[in-house]
Amino acid sequence: MKPVALLMCAGLFLSGSLQAAELSVAVAANFTAPMQKIAKAFEKETGHTLALSFGSTGKFYAQIKNGAPFEVLFAADDETPARLEREGHGVGGTRFTYAVGKLVLWSKQPGLVDDKGDVLRRGSFERIALADPKLAPYGAAAMDTLNKLGLTETLRSKFVQGENIGQTYQFVATQNAPLGFVALSQVFADGRVTEGSAWMVPETLHDPIRQDALILAKGKDNPAAPELMRYLKGESAKNIIRAYGYGL
Amino acid sequence: MLDHHAWQAIWLTLELATLTTLLLLLLATPLAWWLSQTRSRWRAPISAIVTLPLVLPPSVLGFYLLVLMGPQGPLGQLTLALGWGTLSFTFTGLLIGSIAFSLPFAVQPIQHAFESIGERPLEAAATLRASPLDAFFSIALPLARPGLLTAAILSFAHTVGEFGVVLMIGGNIPGKTRVVSTQIYGHVEAMEYVQAHWLAGGMLAFSFVVLLCLSLLKRNGASVMR
Repeated sequence: MKPVALLMCAGLFLSGSLQAAELSVAVAANFTAPMQKIAKAFEKETGHTLALSFGSTGKFYAQIKNGAPFEVLFAADDETPARLEREGHGVGGTRFTYAVGKLVLWSKQPGLVDDKGDVLRRGSFERIALADPKLAPYGAAAMDTLNKLGLTETLRSKFVQGENIGQTYQFVATQNAPLGFVALSQVFADGRVTEGSAWMVPETLHDPIRQDALILAKGKDNPAAPELMRYLKGESAKNIIRAYGYGL
Repeated sequence: MLDHHAWQAIWLTLELATLTTLLLLLLATPLAWWLSQTRSRWRAPISAIVTLPLVLPPSVLGFYLLVLMGPQGPLGQLTLALGWGTLSFTFTGLLIGSIAFSLPFAVQPIQHAFESIGERPLEAAATLRASPLDAFFSIALPLARPGLLTAAILSFAHTVGEFGVVLMIGGNIPGKTRVVSTQIYGHVEAMEYVQAHWLAGGMLAFSFVVLLCLSLLKRNGASVMR
């Protein structure tokens, strides 16, 4: 009797782990498009389903601290996942960089931004949009860049700040700001900047915009969580990520 | 505790709310009067337009304002032609956004007050040969005073609490467009919960006092109306 019961238990356990699970994933807004594509491929390959929530990393942090049922976090930075892990809301050792953001100075107007960024030195524009450096890693990178170029003080009176990179893009796309620092992934498709003019900011001018992922405490026992992390490290996911203008 | 930036934001918010309220009273009173008296077929569509900000998400309103004020938008082209530049990211831009956003909160109480006067006092005034303008100023306006007060308080409070529109068209410029609500949002996003609590707690207390005043006013207003 005993071995049979054991076998049954093992059987139950096995079927449990093989069964399709549902995973609740919080994703930084800037990663929306690639994540949707990756999720489709992942679901097809594994049979698991992903419930994706898109939003700002700061909001996710507050929600996770207050018991939100997210099981995996794909953050817009590397600090928030590190902090969550430190504070006991993450599964130790699961944190990794899934994408590296690329900063671009962009204008919707063709010919306004030259490919060396000299337009910044000329300063012949009324406003320049960037994300709030305190809130958004792309904003911090933009600030780094201006500091390195020694232009922060000359340009400060022209700053308009979006609270995130999506809003910053909106300022430039509606031309309320003639140019601004946005994420390459926002203006990039099929291997090139799709519209207007742009300067790819060299990565030597700012700290890398690392976006880290972490399995959260709530997802500790969900078999789909480590599988998703593994999938993100695989070539097919990496190809999607690169196609959207992120580095790796 | 409250630092220099917080005070700057509080001051700017009060300035914005006061100006919005004053301009709204000037704008909403004739509009509410017209809506309460007219039998025009334009009444329904205009009434719907006035009510729109009540049901639209602030992000929609803010986005359209951004498009409208941009160099390609009709308002932006007008202000550019006048040599004023574009209005987005300026205090004037915020003021226009706030007026649009708080319009129903000013028009509706005033309109209801005008409507509840009924036709009789105005007919009586007309038989005494009061001109329509005279009747408006010496009868309708004084009788509608509780409605005007409610409108002023609601417009002020609503502008203070406004978030989506100022976030969308403000550009977060300290001392120029960064108001209390966006400052709180920034603190929360940056995980500076202590600063956020100070400002948010103040906002909570302020809102409570406003609503308390309003409900006391309504009781007195009701007895005045009778």
